[in-house]
Amino acid sequence: MRTALVTDIHGNREALTAVLADVAARGCDRIAVLGDIVGYGPDPDFCVDAVAGLVAAGSLCVQGNHDAAIGEGGEGMSRNARVAIDWTRGRLTAAQAEFLAGLPLTAMLGEALLVHASAEAPGDWLYVTSDARAAGALRATGARLVFCGHVHVPALYAADRAGMVREQRIKIGVALPLLLSRRWLAVVGSVGQPRDRNPAAGYAIWDEAAAELTFRRVAYDCGKTALKVRAAGLPEALALRLLGGD
Amino acid sequence: MRRPYSGMEIDGFTLGERLHQGGFATIWAVTHALHRTALVMKVPTILDGYDGPTIVGFEVEQMIMPRLTGVHVPKVCGVGGFDDMPYIVMEAVAGGALVERFGQPWTLSDLVETAARMAGAVHDLHVQGVAHLDLKPGNILQRATGEMVLIDFGLARHDDLPDLLAEEFTIPMGTYPYIAPEQFLRQRDDLRSDIFALGAMIYEMAVGHAPFGVPETLKGARRRLWRDPVPPRSIRPDLPEWVQEVILRALEVDPSRRYQTAAQLLFDLQHPGQVVLTARGRKLRADEVWVVWRRWWRMRRVHRFAPPVSHGEVMERAPILLVAVDLSPDGEALAPRLMLWVRRMLSLQPDSRIAVVNVIKSAVLGLDQTTDDAGENLHVVRLVALRAWGAGLDLAEAQLTFSVLESSDPAAAIIDHAAQMRADHILMGARGHSTTRRYLGSVSAHVVAEAACSVTVIRNPAIPNSAIREPAVADTR
Repeated sequence: MRTALVTDIHGNREALTAVLADVAARGCDRIAVLGDIVGYGPDPDFCVDAVAGLVAAGSLCVQGNHDAAIGEGGEGMSRNARVAIDWTRGRLTAAQAEFLAGLPLTAMLGEALLVHASAEAPGDWLYVTSDARAAGALRATGARLVFCGHVHVPALYAADRAGMVREQRIKIGVALPLLLSRRWLAVVGSVGQPRDRNPAAGYAIWDEAAAELTFRRVAYDCGKTALKVRAAGLPEALALRLLGGD
Repeated sequence: MRRPYSGMEIDGFTLGERLHQGGFATIWAVTHALHRTALVMKVPTILDGYDGPTIVGFEVEQMIMPRLTGVHVPKVCGVGGFDDMPYIVMEAVAGGALVERFGQPWTLSDLVETAARMAGAVHDLHVQGVAHLDLKPGNILQRATGEMVLIDFGLARHDDLPDLLAEEFTIPMGTYPYIAPEQFLRQRDDLRSDIFALGAMIYEMAVGHAPFGVPETLKGARRRLWRDPVPPRSIRPDLPEWVQEVILRALEVDPSRRYQTAAQLLFDLQHPGQVVLTARGRKLRADEVWVVWRRWWRMRRVHRFAPPVSHGEVMERAPILLVAVDLSPDGEALAPRLMLWVRRMLSLQPDSRIAVVNVIKSAVLGLDQTTDDAGENLHVVRLVALRAWGAGLDLAEAQLTFSVLESSDPAAAIIDHAAQMRADHILMGARGHSTTRRYLGSVSAHVVAEAACSVTVIRNPAIPNSAIREPAVADTR
């Protein structure tokens, strides 16, 4: 069973379309969405409908902080994120907002826990950016595998048999073994707003039978999305960062 | 966690006799209903409690071995997790362990042939992005058909995969008689460490003992950073200078001064007459005390050597380029263009080795004339002509070799030769178009279709004839 792990779409229609085309070409059996369907990007309605369609077809989807902010207001967010959320709220129908509000914070898929941020406190939206944070997230669950997003930079952490957690070197496009002897936490890269200086849309493929994870990048027309961000009157920084992936 | 015993059944495998008891693992003969060939199971010996190094080494093996292919590694048939009993099941390699033949000097022909086979096996591993990092006679088996098989990947590093050992341990990992200086400094990112180990083994085959003895302490193993090994020729005077040159070049302390790839080492072993001798090959005594002292002074503060950017980069930086030269009148017309392309390749990859090859086409049946009418040896005539051709490249002697092959099938000869020397790229000319070639197939077409590496075919531009349609002239009426 091959699962495409898709996260942090952030209202980026072009990136999502490119990723879904790549997912189809790579022969995945199912798709799991790790949250943040909206926010920052110019096409939240398209992206919510696309994900709702996937969920209706049986996909799992968990809630991200931007999805939650549509209904809750968005305290504690950065200024640009807040501006974008307020703009997004006006673009969504009541049904779409309800879909986002109704998403669960976590979900189990086989031996993997799906969560948007840290499994330690899913609603606190902690960033898993260090060995210590990864260790905390792994401690909070009994699942052998944890897949999350939120950071927008792909990363892989392994806990050895003594419980020591270390970040592992990853290479894009290579099937990395999720050794059965260890526990693993993967931070999946962002579809709609990558922040590792590579503007290509990120996602990952988890092959359950082979116990392998492949981080992938898909080029898309980020210039087109950036122009849409600008045309929508959203903050200019949100357009520019799509071009540089930063 | 279960422990292995004879008669145990796990995941469809049935354990038979215990074949080997090592320090870190046991090897068992196993059978499986779906596998007809002989299999062995390797099970790590895990001490009670947490046995870090053994476990991580075995995890590394479980990660890397199933991803390897080719005749030079055992084929993996199954792995088991740590929840029940960790194991790797692989094909049983029929043949001998190389270690049994170590301990005394080898005859020269045996040494050169075996060393070449070892270098070829290591290169085939490196091509897959994997550094073994624990090469020693005990980790090399030889198939009944002659090929070397590398085993025990517990310290190996795959360029594309996480390196579970990278920060795990604070002492150098490897086997002291064969460990490379940079590995001693805890660098695990260099394929050229395996070249050093190859050099150490070939040294041992030449004189009967390892170049740095069998150090038992860290301090003893560290000496190789400044103390050069006793030149093999001072122990075994009948050893040719070129063999010593090859051994000592592989044993250079600084990785950038060694052979950069195992294929280059293999290349020299295959072309003994064309190894360029330096003081390394000729010296009969280890360096003077003051030279060693100066090296020690420099090395005492060296904590690492300049690492390669990646395994792939090392492999690509020093490619072997096979240039098939046609010395017939037809080929002469192509010679300047072929030369031009060789030069272009060299300007992109100045460290390439160029192997210039010519094939003498022999009759399929019957006796061949190896001398021409004037009684001159055809081989020698061709070799002289090849050298004259190669002189136009203006390359250092060490970068150029010349070979004349003889075969009834020139394409097959070129393909075989390229495979043997692990050439990265073949450059050859294609003669003009003719009906016979179209139907019978040309040499270049055959090489393009069947060679294991990239092939570039050079052609002189065809002059358009009537068969090619002229571009239509626009109708302006």
